[in-house]
Amino acid sequence: MRDLHHLSVAELAALLRTKQVSAVEVATRFLARLGGNPHNAFLDINSEVTLEQARASDAKLAAGTAGPLEGVPIAHKDVFVTKDFVTTAGSKILTGYRSPFDATVVRKLREAGMVSLGKLNCDEFAMGSSNENSAFGAVSNPWETSHVPGGSSGGSAAAVAARLTPAATGTDTGGSIRQPAAFCGITGIKPTYGRASRYGMVAYASSLDQAGPMARSAEDCALLLSAMCGPDVDRDSTSMDVATDDFSRDLLRPLARAGKDGGALKIGVPRGWLSELRDDVSAQFNDQLQRGSPLVDMKIMSGVQELMRQGAELIDIDLPNTALAIPVYYIVACAEASSNLSRFDGVKFGHRAAQYGDLLDMYQKTRSEGFGDEVKRRIMTGAYVLSHGYYDAYYLQAQKIRRMIADDFQRAFAQCDVIAGPVAPTTAWKLGEKADDPVANYLADIFTLPASLAGLPCMSVPVGLGEGNMPVGMQLIGNYLDEARLLNVAHQFQMAHPECHTAQPENLP
Amino acid sequence: MSLTPADISRIAKLARLELAPAEHEQMLDKINAFFSIVEQIKGVNTDGVEPMAHPVDAMQGSGPMALRLRPDLASEPNDREANQHSAPAVERGLFLVPKVIE
Repeated sequence: MRDLHHLSVAELAALLRTKQVSAVEVATRFLARLGGNPHNAFLDINSEVTLEQARASDAKLAAGTAGPLEGVPIAHKDVFVTKDFVTTAGSKILTGYRSPFDATVVRKLREAGMVSLGKLNCDEFAMGSSNENSAFGAVSNPWETSHVPGGSSGGSAAAVAARLTPAATGTDTGGSIRQPAAFCGITGIKPTYGRASRYGMVAYASSLDQAGPMARSAEDCALLLSAMCGPDVDRDSTSMDVATDDFSRDLLRPLARAGKDGGALKIGVPRGWLSELRDDVSAQFNDQLQRGSPLVDMKIMSGVQELMRQGAELIDIDLPNTALAIPVYYIVACAEASSNLSRFDGVKFGHRAAQYGDLLDMYQKTRSEGFGDEVKRRIMTGAYVLSHGYYDAYYLQAQKIRRMIADDFQRAFAQCDVIAGPVAPTTAWKLGEKADDPVANYLADIFTLPASLAGLPCMSVPVGLGEGNMPVGMQLIGNYLDEARLLNVAHQFQMAHPECHTAQPENLP
Repeated sequence: MSLTPADISRIAKLARLELAPAEHEQMLDKINAFFSIVEQIKGVNTDGVEPMAHPVDAMQGSGPMALRLRPDLASEPNDREANQHSAPAVERGLFLVPKVIE
């Protein structure tokens, strides 16, 4: 048998079900790998809690009452609240916070049998693209430890890539599952907005936040997504009242009949998403966006060509408002963040300043000490665009363009079944390289923001190595509720090119 | 259009943040850098476009996708002790704050 930490979620579940290994053995093996907290990926580990869950899983396996993923380890991004582990959302203001309940996603994965290894590092309140905004230190990329893992689910991506856990949860507001998955060479999917409950997810931008799984393959993501999703209508008013799907059902369908009409899959590649649009964007933004990398483009093209080789048909589509997604997203997300983060006031939970005068002074000192720079900037930006005299020019105008972006996608999906393109214009950059330039970070989100604004399901699939031998992710975007088709396409790619998703960083312990 | 130091002070107050002088200056620079990429949205013709507040809006909000309200009934158990467990200052089941009424 291969080392347990190299096995997939599907393989571990099968070994556990057939009692070739116990949940306690699996948990013990993974806990041993977490010693010294490699890559600073974890923020809380509690082996007693993990082993207790594993023992309970073994009892269920023995009694024949096991869930579909019984005994398989998972770790949760620290924005999901948990009863048994500390939850900080990467912020000093929540240092030591213990939630009285588990997030719905955490509860559902436990009900499916998964054993929790702990909590994963992330950008503070999920605000960032490099994980450098965590109050508890940056995470390093297991492929090259001088590089960022991406963000905001950087701990999740690094932990899966370094084989510290076979699976992790992530959250995606503007690309926070897809971009770190791409930078660390793993597979991640953000489902349609409303598929997974937001109950117990520390809120950043409520009309965009969505949970999803991160693992090494589409097959694993399908299993995890099936367990995570489902209606939670009493606790999340934006949870869709749609039963969860068996997202594994279409994995094996050949692309020659994976289209909506039962014919060949039609893949739309947005005109300009590969190189030419970047010239436009650079001109528009005074060359602020660093030029896309030619090797990334090449890898994405070879990914699309493989899908065509399998019978998919290539269609040129237009998403003309792509570049506007950057200002629109940052206006909408900051506006929602400024409202959501007003709950951190030093009264009901979290940090309170040691020295203060009156109530207003307590609020101000508490928040100023507790929040990091990027969080403060987003709260300030949000308060500004919502303030009297600026609301129409910024916030309302952004919401109108948000509608135009969503409409562009519907026109595209009248022509094609799935959209393919890059996740990010480049591979992972060096730690510190953009740390003092928030706008450079924002611009690098150009390809993930449009689908987030529209609320569409989208994923990242590893397609090989680009500049500096760092991983490249191909983005697949589907229409609402079409996750099974995305996973179908990703799985067919991964069956043909297993070297892409099974590649691993050198020198893993 | 650029924000001024006075704008930053005004927003900081609205956002209940206290900025040290160096932080204030940095904030001004970085927020202005952000607004330099925002200005382009002003030129976009959005006549007749309905603002989209939410993705559910784009999914033709009907049936399972409609935004909804639940009945206004207590659904959570009374768990005061667990809920106050992480509060910075609690006495006899009450959250403590600085005196607000003289």
